[in-house]
Amino acid sequence: MFSVLKAIIWKDIVMEYKTKQMTSAMLIFSGLVIVIFSFAFELTFGVLEHVLPGMIWVALVFSSILGLNRSFLLEKSNDCMQGLLLLPSDRTFIFLGKFTGNFLFVLLTQMIIVPGFFIFFDYPFQGSIPLLIFVLLIGMVGFIAVGTFLAALASNSRMSDMLLPIILFPISVPLIIAGVESTSLIFQGASFAEISQWVYLILVFDIVFLVVPYMLFDYVMEV
Amino acid sequence: MNTNYTLGSFHKYLGWITFLAVTVSMFFIFIIAPPDVRLGIVQKIFYFHVGTAWIAFFAFFIVFIVSILFLMTRNRNYDVIAMASAEIGVLFTTIVLITGPIWGKSSWNAWWTWEPRLTTTLILWFMYIAYIMIRVSDMEWEKKARLSSVFGIIGFINVPIVFMSIRWWNTELHPVVFGEGADQTGGGISDTMLLTLIITVITFMILYFYLLKKGIAIGHARYKLDDIKDKIKNVM
Repeated sequence: MFSVLKAIIWKDIVMEYKTKQMTSAMLIFSGLVIVIFSFAFELTFGVLEHVLPGMIWVALVFSSILGLNRSFLLEKSNDCMQGLLLLPSDRTFIFLGKFTGNFLFVLLTQMIIVPGFFIFFDYPFQGSIPLLIFVLLIGMVGFIAVGTFLAALASNSRMSDMLLPIILFPISVPLIIAGVESTSLIFQGASFAEISQWVYLILVFDIVFLVVPYMLFDYVMEV
Repeated sequence: MNTNYTLGSFHKYLGWITFLAVTVSMFFIFIIAPPDVRLGIVQKIFYFHVGTAWIAFFAFFIVFIVSILFLMTRNRNYDVIAMASAEIGVLFTTIVLITGPIWGKSSWNAWWTWEPRLTTTLILWFMYIAYIMIRVSDMEWEKKARLSSVFGIIGFINVPIVFMSIRWWNTELHPVVFGEGADQTGGGISDTMLLTLIITVITFMILYFYLLKKGIAIGHARYKLDDIKDKIKNVM
């Protein structure tokens, strides 16, 4: 069973390694976001502390959309989707495989983007770094889980690249609220106890949107 | 498939009942119910606001239920009900989002605040707009019905999470601003006002079923038209 999962993830990694489409697009987009933000806001030192958490999340969420959109559209060419559906296993493994693949690519870009924000805006971060990494990590798990699922759903439509943001953003609102709020608390030097409420909300969201797509994915993939 | 889904005589009676109920509730709202001590005549919007809000949530709940039923049975009728109910839900949520700021302007002196209930309602509206976007996208009906059912389920599951997160988000900024409806155990609402509210909610309920029946009939007519088109295509 897990060989199937491994094969799907490996296939995505190899393809990404050869083409570098997704990660490069996400990185360039995030870089541009940094540039645009620096023009859009008057970023003096006092302001930066309040705006930066939101900016990081906006960059992450918007750049992830680029990757998510491609993840299932790629399978449409050459009827690759048929091949995936013929796998001799549970179809939910396609979901898990795609989720893991997307998560890895987003993680990779995130590792470059987030330090980039601190460098380009010259912000001396004083909060807890492990806590920041933890929150961004669990936040992205939830966002990629629901995003992968809705990307699979949207890929059935001909206007999928238009449909995905419209259906994904309202659903991920709780996650983004919790993410931004806890990140800005971390920026103010909060401890885990102070952000625990938000962390639990993110974890609830993660669990719900890993379990529910797992149950419903068969219906989305049906031909 | 049974294609005999005309409106029928029951719908006609329902129409008359709706007309009667609307008349009665208008009478109650504008003649019987006393104007609010503090807000005056503007408070009358309360009845429409609460009534439509209740029906909007009810409509989305129906979408959720029939979505599950559709995935289990694959019966086209459930799909038609889901579409009709979602459309009504979006319509009523829109009315809530319009009447809310009008009332808010006179009662809090602000068109909009990012208060939990308002924010949740707005997100709910966006969510079901997205649902309708899936509905009108270009796919075969089986696929469309299946995918929108899945989204209908996911969307409704998300509502409590949204509500919870927004509640935590703004706890300090906006305590309960005003008592709303019967769940607030009185909250300064007089008996006549409560009676009027109940009558209005029942009226909106009847109106919902009237619109639902119309929506279902239109949905079936649409499918029937598609079938006929397919038949003509096959002949040619």
